[in-house]
Amino acid sequence: MQPLTTEQIRAVIARGKLRDTIFKALGIFCLALALLVIVALIADMAIKGSERFTLDFFLNFASRRATQAGILSAWVGSLLVMLVTALAAVPLGVAAGLYLEEYAKRNWLTHIIEVNISNLAAVPSIVYGLLALGIFVYQFGFGQSILSAGLTLALLILPIIIVSTREAIRAIPAMIREGSMAVGATRWQTCRYHIIPYAMPGILTGVIIGLARAIGETAPIITIGALTFIAFLPPAPFTGEPPAGLFDWVFAPFTVMPIQIFNWTSRPDPAFEINAAAAGFVLMAMVLSMNAVAIYLRYKMRKNIKW
Amino acid sequence: MSANNPSDLPVVSDRLAKNALRNVSERLIEGLLLCAAAVSVLTTLGIVYVLVSESFHFFQNVSIVDFLTDTQWTPLFDDAHFGITVLVSGTVVSSFVALAVAIPMGTVIAIYLSEFANSKVREVAKPILELLGGIPTIVFGYFALLVVTPLLQIILPELPGFSLLSAGLVMGIMIVPYIASLSEDAMRAVPMSLREGAYAMGSTRLYTALHVVVPAAFSGLAASYILGISRAVGETMILAVAAGMQPNLTWNPMEPAATITSYIVQVALGDLPHGSIGYQTIFAAGLTLLLITLVFNILGQWLRAKFRENY
Repeated sequence: MQPLTTEQIRAVIARGKLRDTIFKALGIFCLALALLVIVALIADMAIKGSERFTLDFFLNFASRRATQAGILSAWVGSLLVMLVTALAAVPLGVAAGLYLEEYAKRNWLTHIIEVNISNLAAVPSIVYGLLALGIFVYQFGFGQSILSAGLTLALLILPIIIVSTREAIRAIPAMIREGSMAVGATRWQTCRYHIIPYAMPGILTGVIIGLARAIGETAPIITIGALTFIAFLPPAPFTGEPPAGLFDWVFAPFTVMPIQIFNWTSRPDPAFEINAAAAGFVLMAMVLSMNAVAIYLRYKMRKNIKW
Repeated sequence: MSANNPSDLPVVSDRLAKNALRNVSERLIEGLLLCAAAVSVLTTLGIVYVLVSESFHFFQNVSIVDFLTDTQWTPLFDDAHFGITVLVSGTVVSSFVALAVAIPMGTVIAIYLSEFANSKVREVAKPILELLGGIPTIVFGYFALLVVTPLLQIILPELPGFSLLSAGLVMGIMIVPYIASLSEDAMRAVPMSLREGAYAMGSTRLYTALHVVVPAAFSGLAASYILGISRAVGETMILAVAAGMQPNLTWNPMEPAATITSYIVQVALGDLPHGSIGYQTIFAAGLTLLLITLVFNILGQWLRAKFRENY
């Protein structure tokens, strides 16, 4: 084989560099495309929906006339469902994460639970809807209520909260536990007074990301049979006649933001498109601000941690 | 003084006195925490129980052979046919379109972020991808139906208002962040010494990325693709909004068609009585969906075990 001349070697190097540059451009193009989609989506909804951003839109019920329709029952429903979801998923998720990190022995039971959690994260959300339809709605008799929807979404985001709790706990160095136990604290006292407080920012990040996911979920809530046209509000939480009346609100029929958007998007009348755009913008604003808080918290945490 | 017996020691404070309940309450708390961890197992059991028991009733009325081979899906008509292939075809076509977008784009972004970008670009790009992954699917559905479809109709004038193509394209964009971030993690886990070896031999960045890093991270890449497939197969709202809900046995992405997931939504929107055959069909469809995602999950775990490289 003939040795390459200097020019030939230069040509080879130049070709390699050119390919690098082309690929770099391709990578930036793909990232820009992703950014473009986000911007286009938000801009489209903001522009189309701009004429609906009035106070009335937030304070009116759904209506047959597009211009009078509002999202009152939808955003109130979303908030109440999120309340149930958070009340159910946060204690369960944190407890499960705590158990797996601090208590569990490496045995078959722990192994099953771990494999199971990672598999659950890959189950399509509509399957959770079918689970809820069979178990919560009919077997437990909760009906098509805020309670059924909240519990369904709680199960859906449980893996997210468990995984982030475990990661937060794993980041705490062993010396914290040793120090606590050295002065005579039991395992639970160590968890209660040291592990949970130190893991709190990480847990909170997971909870916010989980709730941001839950507030945008549509399929499981449609599957349990939530109504799409609700022109009244459920009773305000914890205000009814005690003791039974306190929980009236969890059994009330409801609608949520994503279902309202779905309903408006699937109507042939283009006037409702504007409503869908405006409601979509409000939902996006909720989800993105929750995500932004979570990203900020994580960023802050990384900077502040000095053990 | 025999210090061996704790009861002989002077008690300094009540809080330090031996508390018989202490061990009991510790045990109790551990039990409670175990119960919380077991909820996830109960969820799985619940899913399997509901899907299998309702499908069992369904298959008492409809033979499995018909279910798998019939070419019509008309469960609510008088002349009822239950051919799941009709719905599966919609799911397969839309997932195929989505993955044709998501796998190349996700992989390119992952290679770029892990091998080319500096840390500043990465710090900006990762939150952007995370935001993209956090957008509710119903908003993507709106986007597919009212923005992407009209745009596509400029290029393809014969494209109908509902199509698997536009739903699939948007679904692909939705899946990009999952593939990109998992693949990037896998590639960053490849030890630096492998890259340094390649650079020392005179490889360019791209050559190193494609011929050293990608093969070394293959198990992670495969796992991210499998996750992408699971997402595509299970995606519901984009399809329910933008792909139409008519059952249609087709392999052409330019047509509207129902998928397994959008059929479930369509039935749930109606008012089917509990226990009717129409009600049972959604559980049979759900079971099919779960089995498909299960097969891919097992495949993913197998690929991971087979191609795992240890350094």
